[in-house]
Amino acid sequence: MTDPTHTAATASSGTPFLQVRDLTVSFHTDDGVVHAVDKLSFSVERGRTLGIVGESGSGKSVTSLAVMGLHRRGRRVSIAGEIRLDGEDLVTAPAERVRGLRGRRMAMIFQDPLSSMHPQFTVGDQIVEAYRVHNRVSKAAARRRATELLDLVGIPEPARRLDDYPHQFSGGMRQRAMIAMAVSCNPELLIADEPTTALDVTVQAQILDLMRELQKEFNSAIIIITHELGVVAEISHDILVMYAGQAMEYGGVEEVFASAEHPYTWGLLQSITRLDRQLETTLRTIPGSPPSLINVPPGCPFHPRCTYRERAGSATSTTRPPLAETSPGHLVACHLPVAERRRLLREEVIPTL
Amino acid sequence: MARFILGRLIGGIVILWLVSVLAFVLFFVVPKALGNNPAVLFAGRSPDPATIAGVTKKLGLDRSYVDQYWDFLRGVFVGRHFDSGSNRSWCPAPCLGYSFRNDQPVWSEIVDALPVTASLSIGAAVLFLVVGVSTGVFSAVRRGGLFDRIAAAVSLAGVSLPVYFTGLLLLLLVSYKWHIIDNVHYVDFTHNPALWAWNLIPAWLVLSLLYTANYQRLTRASMIETLGEDYVRTARAKGLRERTVIGKHALRPALTPIVTIFGLDLGVLFGGAILTEHTFGFRGLGAISIDAVNTQDLPVTMGVTLFAAFFIILANVLVDVTYAFIDPRVRPS
Repeated sequence: MTDPTHTAATASSGTPFLQVRDLTVSFHTDDGVVHAVDKLSFSVERGRTLGIVGESGSGKSVTSLAVMGLHRRGRRVSIAGEIRLDGEDLVTAPAERVRGLRGRRMAMIFQDPLSSMHPQFTVGDQIVEAYRVHNRVSKAAARRRATELLDLVGIPEPARRLDDYPHQFSGGMRQRAMIAMAVSCNPELLIADEPTTALDVTVQAQILDLMRELQKEFNSAIIIITHELGVVAEISHDILVMYAGQAMEYGGVEEVFASAEHPYTWGLLQSITRLDRQLETTLRTIPGSPPSLINVPPGCPFHPRCTYRERAGSATSTTRPPLAETSPGHLVACHLPVAERRRLLREEVIPTL
Repeated sequence: MARFILGRLIGGIVILWLVSVLAFVLFFVVPKALGNNPAVLFAGRSPDPATIAGVTKKLGLDRSYVDQYWDFLRGVFVGRHFDSGSNRSWCPAPCLGYSFRNDQPVWSEIVDALPVTASLSIGAAVLFLVVGVSTGVFSAVRRGGLFDRIAAAVSLAGVSLPVYFTGLLLLLLVSYKWHIIDNVHYVDFTHNPALWAWNLIPAWLVLSLLYTANYQRLTRASMIETLGEDYVRTARAKGLRERTVIGKHALRPALTPIVTIFGLDLGVLFGGAILTEHTFGFRGLGAISIDAVNTQDLPVTMGVTLFAAFFIILANVLVDVTYAFIDPRVRPS
């Protein structure tokens, strides 16, 4: 493993299908420059799932939209770094080239299927459209394909439901239809931005199952963006913890869940609601709130909220900690000494989980 | 869907009936209550009492208000007799009575004026709809850009400048200074379509300038809103061309409020564009109604009022139906 940021925990052969290196996305607003994503690196291979977690405003969605090329480039948005899809850099590629990849080789599922589907076109028409942008087929053939897709994602009577409008579908059905639309061209990369947040808990599990099945079928790389660690545990192979547009911790899901080393990750783990937790313990929260991305704190962006900042030395408020390997494939950006982190995890964090 | 349309039509008919009652009260009951005998207006200059009595009988003004209204309503649907004893005339349906001024059937006056008004309004409507919506879309897509700023300035001028100013200015230039169109006058379409259009161009331009500004602004605001919607982002995520994203996914929902306003504007325009007609000397419904009001020609005033109301109500019904076609969510299931 020459460059640990490439492959993280996924020790396998070949170059990853998606490789993001030092991605930086800034928005130039009247109030100042918003550093939404700051030197972020990660990669996903085909057949594997990366979960990106973090609070609202940590840059998760901005990252996914950058990969999809959905930020309107111009005076207000600047994107730097590398986004390599199957080796091809999307940051420097012409917009028309990226458009041709969108929907075909990489597709996206959005959070709220009701607002993300067009209210004035039938579900069938929307899937047919997604398929026909990239495939020169007749309308009838595309319609047959749309029926197959609805069937694939588990919508009963697909041929009849094709002519329904999104508002005639239930929330879970809509998200299934949204997924059908996204996978219509067999994309090799599928990005799901909070795909289950707007859904009932029972439906959430079904949608995650569906995504897992589709991954098996198409061998696609999946990025799932969520603020729920439970979803990540359920479906992901790797996890990337983001805070203030930066990577805090990155590694295999089992490794990170068992031996997280970043105080922010600890905070996220502690704030999971669990039925088996004793009733008298109140739900733990991370003190404070995420920083403004216009004035990101110097040093470690998390240090103003970090319980252990005293032990990390003065560097924590002046120098940005590098994302460094703490064990093979497990990367952490923290100024605390490794031994201290492991001791804190063992003695102070694990007992509270 | 058929039930929905039928319901709207029935509603429209009820409203039209209410308007007719109101108009009747306003034009026949109120003046009489105030001491203005409509018969005097009809009888001409300084009439003798015998003539007034004859007219009163002929117009049925001696009968009760309810009977008078009933006569009027029957006239519209089956025609009616006007009988002053000595002379008897049959006014075939749809009968809106006779003009006080020139004794012509009101219906034929309206029918003569309608092509003028229709030519003027439809031409102008096509122009302001196409220009307004397309410039609005451009402004929204490149908002804050040069085009947007120029369009905003032109819009402001368009809504602020009165028709009798822009109209006369245009006439001065094209007719008197450059002699492009000499002696602007209305030519019937069936007579010579080319001349018809040629003579209408200045009026279309002037009338549409007033409306284009509104449509430009409305489309711009509406498009800016829909361009920020999640489903537009989804359309882009599919890899659709920007042209399709804007022209299909963003424009279609943006058109909903525009259809509503367009229907109402068109209905109002059909009632007569008084200033534009007057400026260009066209005898449309607007000119007829203003003349009728000035000369207290009650039957014509009432006829034109009902006609205008008819178009506005029809436009409303059409808007509702179109709305249901555009947006499946308001469609009755």
